[in-house]
Amino acid sequence: MSRQATITHTNTANRGIGADVTRPDGIPKVQGSFAFSSDLWADDFLWGHTLRSPHASARIVSIDIGPALATTGVHAVLTAEDVPGQLNFGLEHGDQPVLAANQVRYVGEPVALVAADHPDIARRAAEAIVVYYEVTEPLTDSEAAPQAAPIHPDGNVIRQLNIRHGNINATGEVTVEGTYEVGMQDQAFMGPESGMALPDEDGGVELFVSTQWLHVDRSQIAACLGIAEAQVRITLAGVGGAFGAREDLSLQLHLCLLALYTQKPIKMVYSRDESFLGHVHRHPAKMWYRHHATRQGRLVKVEARIVLDGGAYASSSGAVIANAACFAVGPYKVGSAHIEGLAVRTNNPPCGAMRGFGAVQTCFAHESQMDKLAVALEMDPIELRLLNALAPGDRLITGQQITGTFPVAEVIRQCAEAPTPELAPTQDHRNLPGGSGRTTEATDTARGEGFAVGFKNLMFSEGFDDFSSAACRLADGVATITCACAEVGQGFVTLAQQIARTELGIDEVILAPAQTATIGSAGSTSASRQTWMSGGAVQAACNKVRSLILADISAKWGVHLDGLVLRDGLICTLDGQQQASLAELTANRAYEADVVYRHAPTEALDENGQGNAHVSFACAAHKVIADVDPDLGLVRIRHITTAQDVGRILNPTQAVGQIEGGTAQGVGLALMEEIVLDNGLVRNASFTDYVIPTTLDMPDVTIAAFIEEPEPGAPYGAKGIGEPPTISSSAAVAAAVRAATGLDLPRIPIRPADIALS
Amino acid sequence: MSNTYSLRVNGTDCEVTDSDITESLLFVLRERLGLTGTKNACTEGECSSCAVLVDGMLTCSCLVLAAAVEGQEITTVEGLSNGPEDLSVVQQAFVDNGAVQCGFCTPGLIVAVHDLLEADPAPTDTDVREALSGNLCRCTGYGRILAAVHAAAEQMRSTP
Repeated sequence: MSRQATITHTNTANRGIGADVTRPDGIPKVQGSFAFSSDLWADDFLWGHTLRSPHASARIVSIDIGPALATTGVHAVLTAEDVPGQLNFGLEHGDQPVLAANQVRYVGEPVALVAADHPDIARRAAEAIVVYYEVTEPLTDSEAAPQAAPIHPDGNVIRQLNIRHGNINATGEVTVEGTYEVGMQDQAFMGPESGMALPDEDGGVELFVSTQWLHVDRSQIAACLGIAEAQVRITLAGVGGAFGAREDLSLQLHLCLLALYTQKPIKMVYSRDESFLGHVHRHPAKMWYRHHATRQGRLVKVEARIVLDGGAYASSSGAVIANAACFAVGPYKVGSAHIEGLAVRTNNPPCGAMRGFGAVQTCFAHESQMDKLAVALEMDPIELRLLNALAPGDRLITGQQITGTFPVAEVIRQCAEAPTPELAPTQDHRNLPGGSGRTTEATDTARGEGFAVGFKNLMFSEGFDDFSSAACRLADGVATITCACAEVGQGFVTLAQQIARTELGIDEVILAPAQTATIGSAGSTSASRQTWMSGGAVQAACNKVRSLILADISAKWGVHLDGLVLRDGLICTLDGQQQASLAELTANRAYEADVVYRHAPTEALDENGQGNAHVSFACAAHKVIADVDPDLGLVRIRHITTAQDVGRILNPTQAVGQIEGGTAQGVGLALMEEIVLDNGLVRNASFTDYVIPTTLDMPDVTIAAFIEEPEPGAPYGAKGIGEPPTISSSAAVAAAVRAATGLDLPRIPIRPADIALS
Repeated sequence: MSNTYSLRVNGTDCEVTDSDITESLLFVLRERLGLTGTKNACTEGECSSCAVLVDGMLTCSCLVLAAAVEGQEITTVEGLSNGPEDLSVVQQAFVDNGAVQCGFCTPGLIVAVHDLLEADPAPTDTDVREALSGNLCRCTGYGRILAAVHAAAEQMRSTP
């Protein structure tokens, strides 16, 4: 582990970068006074409700809103005819109707909106709307989609991306082949979609909502409302988790439509079952792989075909399939590759962003393949991974050379070599598979150990103009930071304060609300990008303020700029002989600066999937110990070890929290989480039937090492850390269950029947 | 059907007016009494984000009709501290140990942990996991939450 000291201007209170600072919103959150988007209230507000399609594919013959309108307490019933601007919206393609007009393409597609005095009245009125559907056979098989009749004017192929690298006809002495499948995972954030829209006097609308990207919400909303962007003022309301599910619009437009129509404040809160229908999910994947290697275990070529089910609308499927394809072989050096990536449209629920973004699905496949190859070669699976590990200077299968830090081998080694704590056979039923259900005796269990490593890109790729904006104002010795970065729980608010303290040598930092009216876009809280991007913007804004102060004092004192430092609320000469209080200096004159921060530009991929499409990469590895009851198919994970490439740790406790939390989502995908579909119908839209890990499912996680190799170009050298823990954890859990059972288990989540009935 | 009744919440009698008799305790706390600390993640008794104490009994407020608990002592997360500067030991431990990320599950957990440590001041790790297995959290993976519970228990034992 290396930790480079790069900070020269710091404060002694040690609440800056690298310190274990607690969250500024921690106290209101533990007291219940933090205002989430579902906690909003306004005088005389109405409740909104959405009528959704019960069919995966149907033509809308007619909609009779009369019975709903006639209901006492109902103020408005809106359909597609009431959308004043563009009828469609979307992150990459405007292909999704605000409200379905003639055709519904998935179960849960919004058809009509109601505003009423009480949420129950709104719900009952929505049920009273009479919609005649001409039901048609849905397209639900992703592999059949490309050849099937188009279910949307834009066709059934959202994106095809083929990567041809090296000699695609190369062969290896040893080959292994496999077909793998990943189910549809839900982000299952705790805070349901919710918000409040208030009409403005100027014909505009003010929206308080939980989202991941205020400004891209604004542009989509304004276009569909047919008003100027400046007339849509969005403020981030408290966000109860996101994990990708809030990158697309859900209820934002519906709230605004109802508010403008009724000229009253509108509040909407999805129920949990509606939430399952109301946001995009992780793409289910079907993957075929063939690995070629030399007898000594060097990878020669990887062939793969990856089909992601994008569901009814495009969302970010184009970028997800790019990630799945670009990182399809894992963090390994492979001379030749032929990858066919396909994201298709079906009548299943739309899929888009979820933590790990395409790399999760292919990690399960490439790590399963690496274990298979190790068996075929009679080689230790860790040794095989180390032999092929990518390193700086190597090229990805997209031809891109890795120019930053990328300690894959170190991550593998640290994770693999960390000792596993003594896990004596337990007599306590609560720690056995099946838990206090007392289904399993200790003697009936088999133990297995599994290992996996994965990686992905940080920030947006393929030439996207990716930026963040921030402003800093220093007055009375207090810094105010303005940035539209969506705090969704990840802890950016803590880091922003730490950065300002470090740059300005002061302690008190106020964060202005994240809103569209006061500052430019911060980009999305996704792709592990905000610490780098908005952290970089905050750092640059503070730096600019610091430079202004240094210039003034340098001139005043006749001291060279290099001879001055900001620390402990003072500006002083390096020897401390001359000093002034920053509070006094900024009492009558505020210093202000705003910046737009960009990462290094990236390129589009060419027709062979080649190009410098990505900015930076991060990897993680997991080692999992699982106990399995093979007769009942029950799994109890006993311990997880991980190591991660982090660049530099800015807040140790928050980093641990990201890694533990991300790992848990991977455990969920491996063993229990799947949206079960029956001809397009979601069968388990509740926390009763869609099960996420609890305290009994998550074991202790040992972080064997944060590998700190500062990333050139990254603010403080820090890499984003949110996604890597979710990439390799699922694959490692699956490997552990395989090791315990000897079964192939080519599909996650691994269901009890997959073990017990095999 | 509307009705007027009174609920005793955090030691205060609160009149509930214009409330449909079918409204849950969760809805009345949040929407009628403005006590939005109690959260609404699933409203079907699966996640415990709405946990409150009813006559000292840990209860999912989404599963109880408000009018049915008239006359009973209701404690919500707002009733567990005496102001912004006066956190309970459990609340402080959650802040200090990084047990809070998005914070949506936090109020329910705070109530549940108060209930647990009242009943068992020295729970084992398995006891804590078992007791909190009904509190869903999606951000933390529970590691820092468990650390906070053990830290709070230890502090409560050492400062009687």
